[in-house]
Amino acid sequence: MKARKGYAYLTGRVLLHIFLYFLVLIFLLPFFWMVSTSLKTDEQLFIIPPQWIPNPIVFGHYKEAVSRIPYLLYLKNTLIICIVNIIGVLFSSMLVAYGFSKIPWRGRDIFFIIMLSTLMLPYQVTMIPIFIVFRKINWVGTFKPLTIPSFFGNAFYIFLLRQFFMTIPLELSDAAKIDGAGDLNILLNIILPLAKPAIATIALFTFISNWNDFLGPLIYLNDASRYTISLGLQQFQSAYDTQWQNLMAATTISIIPIIVIFFLAQKTFVEGITLTGIKG
Amino acid sequence: MLTRTERNYIKRGLLFILPWLLGFLAFNLYPLLASFYYSFTSYNVLTLPEWIGFENYKELFFNDSLFLISLKNTLYYVVVAVPLYLVAGVFLAILLNLKVKGMSLLRTMFYIPSIVPIVATAILWRWIFNPQIGLMNALLNKVRLPSIGWLTDPFWAKPSLILMGLWGIGGGMVIYLAGLQDVPQDLYDAADVDGANWWQKTIKITIPMISPVIFFNLIMGIIGAFQYFTQAYIMTNGGPLNATLFYSLYLYQNAFTFFKMGYASAQAWILFIIVLLATVIVFKSSARFVFYQGGELK
Repeated sequence: MKARKGYAYLTGRVLLHIFLYFLVLIFLLPFFWMVSTSLKTDEQLFIIPPQWIPNPIVFGHYKEAVSRIPYLLYLKNTLIICIVNIIGVLFSSMLVAYGFSKIPWRGRDIFFIIMLSTLMLPYQVTMIPIFIVFRKINWVGTFKPLTIPSFFGNAFYIFLLRQFFMTIPLELSDAAKIDGAGDLNILLNIILPLAKPAIATIALFTFISNWNDFLGPLIYLNDASRYTISLGLQQFQSAYDTQWQNLMAATTISIIPIIVIFFLAQKTFVEGITLTGIKG
Repeated sequence: MLTRTERNYIKRGLLFILPWLLGFLAFNLYPLLASFYYSFTSYNVLTLPEWIGFENYKELFFNDSLFLISLKNTLYYVVVAVPLYLVAGVFLAILLNLKVKGMSLLRTMFYIPSIVPIVATAILWRWIFNPQIGLMNALLNKVRLPSIGWLTDPFWAKPSLILMGLWGIGGGMVIYLAGLQDVPQDLYDAADVDGANWWQKTIKITIPMISPVIFFNLIMGIIGAFQYFTQAYIMTNGGPLNATLFYSLYLYQNAFTFFKMGYASAQAWILFIIVLLATVIVFKSSARFVFYQGGELK
């Protein structure tokens, strides 16, 4: 009996491994196809069935993509937007999360619920009046519409940070208060050092979401000298619709930074996911 | 009457949430009300808005076949894609929570596609779906199946986009994985004593224990699905034959291609009400399938 169960168990485990490794190959196939395409000549592109590993390999499309897309400029623009957003989000979220967790004031819960309910407000619902206002004050075409709002808090990150602050025992801050420390002092000297993982996570998520944002830049950036990488890539695609090797070379180049960041910050990613997993 | 301490607390509390409060007024409340007002006007940005009563709404529901198509397309996407991604994400998370060789590498590999920028994903998959020399049809032909006009056939266009979205389920998967790690081991031990098999344990313990996480992802998934835009804008721009004209894409076109701001605002408000209703319905029904540890709604 026991042997038979062991046999079934073993079969199950083998099947599980085969299934997962087969599936992961399918998940990686698009990346392989992308890189493979970017290294092909025009003739190789049309060979059916497709050549997986092109022979010969040509690197010319990367040179062409880089010469047609001002990558460094777009990279600079994207980084400016990302970094200002990180500063804005961290600054505002820390203050607001503190107000929502460490000061016992009347009305706090009502405001907190209002804030949570804004999470359900689709971007499309508010985008038109906001655009009209930004247009009136001549911000359209600048980075301001894509950066300044971050200084006024992001409901999701405030929520994450507040949840984290809640886990920091009050006794610590009470002790500080007896010593006469003000709120800002407590926030900066006691809470923040303990909240480093949560802060790193929020910085990382802010970076990724701004790096990937498309609709915002599409609406607000109309001058090619201010394009972000995502917007620039899309414009490149509409200009060179069927030059697949160049498109795939350009796509590869635009993916690499985010993958590098992922591997550099893998620990923060994992912690961040656990953090977002807390909520229920 | 509030005591001095209480007033002091309120003052400090408000002071700290001030950034968000200002942001709420400027970027949530004002635009919400303003777009309500604009929805009753004809407004092209260059001249002043002109009051036209319910004309925009009448036009949308009774005269604009594109609007109804966009609504239908979006509902299709919500009804098919959201549950599909949810089930696939949970399924993958449960498998990757078992003891598997090279587990952390596998998790990483499944996760990475979800952080690839949407624009890059869209361009890559437009190429994969290329009807003549794309990867998908090459694979189909390899197993002797006929080619499909993935993004060029009105019947296949939506399923193609949904299929592409499966590539990104790693994002949901890791959140479920985090939830799975919080399930207490003694529940499984107790079930083992009772002789429960893997399937019974999954259905009776695992799923109920992570149901709050599933619930949260369901709500966010539905709200996100109503905002589906970038992929359709880049890959098909609404075609073929409006098969991928999704709600937010049509709204964007009216607002920023035709500068019909009043009309688009009416669309925005209808979207707002639909999302609100959908959320309320899911919330109401959640009592039946969401299990909160300790029996308390968090």
